Amino acid sequence: MFGLDKRDTGVLIIVTLLALFAPIILNPFPTDSAMAQFNAGYPDLMQKFVIFGIFAIGFNILFGLTGYLSFGHAAFLGIGSYSCVWMFKLLGYNVIPGIVLSILISGLFALLIGFVSLRRSGIYFSILTLAFAQMCFALAYSVLSNPRFNLTNGETGLQVYANDPQWFHRDGLPDLPHLFGLSMRATQKIQVGAWEFQLNAGYYMCAIVMLICFYLAIRIFRSPFGMMLRAVKSNQQRMNYTGLNSRPYTLAAFVISGMYAGLAGGLLSAVDPLAGAERMQWTASGEVVLMTILGGAGTLIGPVLGAGFIKYFENIFSKINDNVLHSWFAFLPDGLEDFMVFIIHPFIGKGWHLTLGILFMLVVIYLPGGLVEGGQRVLGWFRKRSAKPDAKAGKTEPAE
Amino acid sequence: MDKSNLSRRGVLKSGALTSAGLAVPTIFTAQSAAAFTNEPTGGSVTLGFNVPQTGPYADEGADELRAYQLAVEHINGSGDGGMMNTFSSKALQGNGILGKEVKYVTGDTQTKSDAARASAKSMIEKDGAVMITGGSSSGVAIAVQGLCQEAGVIFMAGLTHSNDTTGKDKKANGFRHFFNAYMSGAALAPVLKSLYGDDRRAYHLTADYTWGWTQEESIKAATEALGWETVNTVKTPLAATDFSSYIAPVLNSGADVLVLNHYGGNMVNSLTNAVQFGLREKQVNGKNFEIVVPLYSRLMAKGAGENVKGIHGSTNWHWSLQDEGSQAFVRSFGTKYGFPPSQAAHTVYCQTLLYADAVERAGSFNPCAVAGALEGFEFDGLGNGKTLYRADDHQCFKDVLVVRGKENPTSEFDLLEVVEVTPAAQVTYGVDHPMFAGGALGSCNPGA
Amino acid sequence: MDALLLQILNGLDKGSAYALIALGLTLIFGTLGVVNFAHGALFMIGAFVAVTVQRVLSLSYETVDPSQKDFLGNPLKVKTPYVESWFGPETGGMIIDWSVPIAIVFAIPIMVSVGFIMERGLIKYFYKRPHADQILVTFGLAIVLQEVVKYFYGANPIQTPAPDALNGVANVGAAFGMDIVYPVWRIVYFFFSVTIIAAIFSFLRFTTFGMVVRAGMADRETVGLLGINIDRRFTIMFGVAAAVAGLAGVMYTPINPPNYHMGMDFLVLSFVVVVVGGMGSLPGAVLAGFLLGILESFASTTWATTTLPGINQIIIYLVAIVVLLTRPRGLMGLKGVMED
Repeated sequence: MFGLDKRDTGVLIIVTLLALFAPIILNPFPTDSAMAQFNAGYPDLMQKFVIFGIFAIGFNILFGLTGYLSFGHAAFLGIGSYSCVWMFKLLGYNVIPGIVLSILISGLFALLIGFVSLRRSGIYFSILTLAFAQMCFALAYSVLSNPRFNLTNGETGLQVYANDPQWFHRDGLPDLPHLFGLSMRATQKIQVGAWEFQLNAGYYMCAIVMLICFYLAIRIFRSPFGMMLRAVKSNQQRMNYTGLNSRPYTLAAFVISGMYAGLAGGLLSAVDPLAGAERMQWTASGEVVLMTILGGAGTLIGPVLGAGFIKYFENIFSKINDNVLHSWFAFLPDGLEDFMVFIIHPFIGKGWHLTLGILFMLVVIYLPGGLVEGGQRVLGWFRKRSAKPDAKAGKTEPAE
Repeated sequence: MDKSNLSRRGVLKSGALTSAGLAVPTIFTAQSAAAFTNEPTGGSVTLGFNVPQTGPYADEGADELRAYQLAVEHINGSGDGGMMNTFSSKALQGNGILGKEVKYVTGDTQTKSDAARASAKSMIEKDGAVMITGGSSSGVAIAVQGLCQEAGVIFMAGLTHSNDTTGKDKKANGFRHFFNAYMSGAALAPVLKSLYGDDRRAYHLTADYTWGWTQEESIKAATEALGWETVNTVKTPLAATDFSSYIAPVLNSGADVLVLNHYGGNMVNSLTNAVQFGLREKQVNGKNFEIVVPLYSRLMAKGAGENVKGIHGSTNWHWSLQDEGSQAFVRSFGTKYGFPPSQAAHTVYCQTLLYADAVERAGSFNPCAVAGALEGFEFDGLGNGKTLYRADDHQCFKDVLVVRGKENPTSEFDLLEVVEVTPAAQVTYGVDHPMFAGGALGSCNPGA
Repeated sequence: MDALLLQILNGLDKGSAYALIALGLTLIFGTLGVVNFAHGALFMIGAFVAVTVQRVLSLSYETVDPSQKDFLGNPLKVKTPYVESWFGPETGGMIIDWSVPIAIVFAIPIMVSVGFIMERGLIKYFYKRPHADQILVTFGLAIVLQEVVKYFYGANPIQTPAPDALNGVANVGAAFGMDIVYPVWRIVYFFFSVTIIAAIFSFLRFTTFGMVVRAGMADRETVGLLGINIDRRFTIMFGVAAAVAGLAGVMYTPINPPNYHMGMDFLVLSFVVVVVGGMGSLPGAVLAGFLLGILESFASTTWATTTLPGINQIIIYLVAIVVLLTRPRGLMGLKGVMED
């Protein structure tokens, strides 16, 4: 299908199904139960899942294929966000021009930064991209927000004010980002028994964009261009000796992944029209590195998983407080309840960073291939177990 | 997939489920039933406490959270009632809000606008919070305030000192109890004049972002009105940890007052560095060199230790105040946690009480009704004397404290002493003041 | 002229922290080939060793003083440190006053063992893994370490003053007829770091142990083939590097009150310093540390910020870009290091 082989089609179909049914899959617990704390099926978090999924997919095209580790990709995310909000300010709240511009502008920046940074490789490349991104952050946070020439609105974040021109804004249109009149905030709530599912317009728009991005990424991975990039990773020197100039290929990969990041930034603004400079800080760049490696660098689905994993932690674990803990363990005798709360307390709420740090270490130590490797191991283990009792049945298993 | 696992029975089953699922929306959708966002329907109401739990302001966030928990306790009728007993409005009965038990959810702003908005959104979208409150920086407060306006819930700002929160970025759904940079300037200026005279040369070091600039602008205007001269204003990067290269030029600049427009970790380090360079013992133009920290925070001042002694600044509230309200709050908080509350704790406690009271008086959780009840509301007994929630910009006008680092502290909490209580009239400004111009309140948004 | 010298002095003083951290990073990278993102955390741990020593020394017992009231109106509990009751208020007070220098004595063994545990317990499994994995695992470790510190010490900075005798300012220009006033402790810090740097260099230069380590850095396999247990020596060097970072942290506490994220604040900068100096080059790291310190100091002058607004925010990164583009391997980088 779509020029993909059977296996890739399968992956694409699985991702499509996951994305379409996310509002249901991510809300497994009834709304009023104690476990509802772990539900992730609300619009904001689902949007974050797919948007950071796009960001990580793009980053993976550069890092997973060529091995060039960029520590400045958040800059493109930020640039995309700012461009999109500027379109809102100037043209009006339709998201299409904003998203298009965010891809173009971040692509342009990626071309410039990539052209300079790719003259070096290894850690020198990493530090160059880091330096560029930190410069962008510092400029956006303070210098470019001075009252005379306010491009970024500094600490407060760029946002739309009532007195902005918004040339194409008409009365009938929503006063929030919209797609030809369909507000990104529009949410259909569906109650099924004790469950409540939220179908959000902004989420589905992002999810469709993510699926397109994912499809494109598969095509890039499988194309001759992708092969060339892998060759850069495995041995750039040998490639150069054969008379091939690898620079245009790596630059193209850099620009493509920069545009992915810009697109993600644009979408962030599209679902929530405020762009802050913190998006460009080095920790934000580090976050996408973590997402990719955590999920499995160089694999197709890994970065998306990694993005979901980190965003889930950030949003769900930080919201568990002692009160919630007490309600979970209320069934235990008092002393034991307090003890359990005492034990878990350092790891939740304000301690979610600690839990995340420990998990990073565990994943990197035991699963060098990231979550994807973890999944494969579990699958392999199940296969072995199911294969043992009736070895003959193994014949009918799909060959893969 | 080479082999299909579908059986006839399975297909029938899932088909039936799917059609049931498809039929549900027309019956059960509760879309148009609510009159406003997250209208509480059961026996409880959920408030969202959005404070920094990680990052450099985590300790202030933790103190805010303590105060929130105390406020919820008091509103629900347990504990000693705290400031509810001294509050001039007696609408609250101690049985929750409008008879509904108050529940709360907490979140982590990380002192980043993005994270703060994500956390606030999850409270609104997932937990059904009808009011969001908290924050300990102006960028975060303004970002979350904007979100609450769009989503149609009330935002009760926590610690935010920038003029913009109720100036350029004011919103109809947002309310601020804390004072602002203009008020700091207006309150400090007369004290500085009486202490240091009207012939001074000031040197400003300013954190290079929005809050820093509004503070610098306010203090500069207030001191220049006294006749002071501003020698230089230098912007320091927010990420700076060592301020020595900014302090060193002060030595030979001819200035005799250093104004540190820094907050939090920046303030601790710049003040420590300034004292290291001997500025406190220095003599310039035959006068003692003086340092001023316009916005003080006791929690942070602790980090600067000895260095704060004798240095003046302003603060929203301090636990050593002797009025009935403050004492009730300190007793209540101190008994529960074992140490006195910070100004951040005080302002968020007041905000929670004020919100609950407004709902009770309005008789509805509808944001527009609540906003109506808060606008122009005059009250007393919350530790700051007579206070007005001005309708035009949703800013509280109340007395401002000028404080000084104490020379002989008796305990680790006893770091500041109140030098003067500047009356509200002196820090009040016109609605159209140029420092607050450029924004519009808009109309309240009930959402849904 | 005075102002110029003041900024140079200031740059040297800023640079000494950069140089010390970068030196440790380079030691680890040069010997073990590991990119250690937890190095900033080691600096932070060092600082908190000083905090802990100060706290232990001022451990107190409480006596109730009915004549004073605490904030709730109860009788005030007055705290008296044990050391003051053991050695008398005079000597006891002095011991507490000198807690930061005393902390150095404790910091060395503590930091060396932290380094050993880190290397033996975690890093050694990552020698053959890609640099990205090393970065990730040490980054995770850094987060864990700083969160643990935050759990016990809170997020706000903690005051740890220098001894009173070293607290004031000195006129360093007096000898030359100039007026250059500078804080004494910062001068102490500068000389301290120069001493440490000199000690490390002479250790590597003039001892057999150092010679073997240098040989190992140049060609690990050959040294191993000669029957020398190079791994054990590299582990010791990891401990040394940790101690250098820790000592830099201990001595830094009076300059700026330590907080749990001070390591992260320094981390990015010190990586830039290492790369500008050239990966794997010890003199390069030290040179780049001082150089960037001075440049940063000059960029923050009023003259610089009015000519080019915002230059103080970006100078370090700008310099890094220019250096890397004109000198491919940094100022003193070695060929073939970290280029793949």
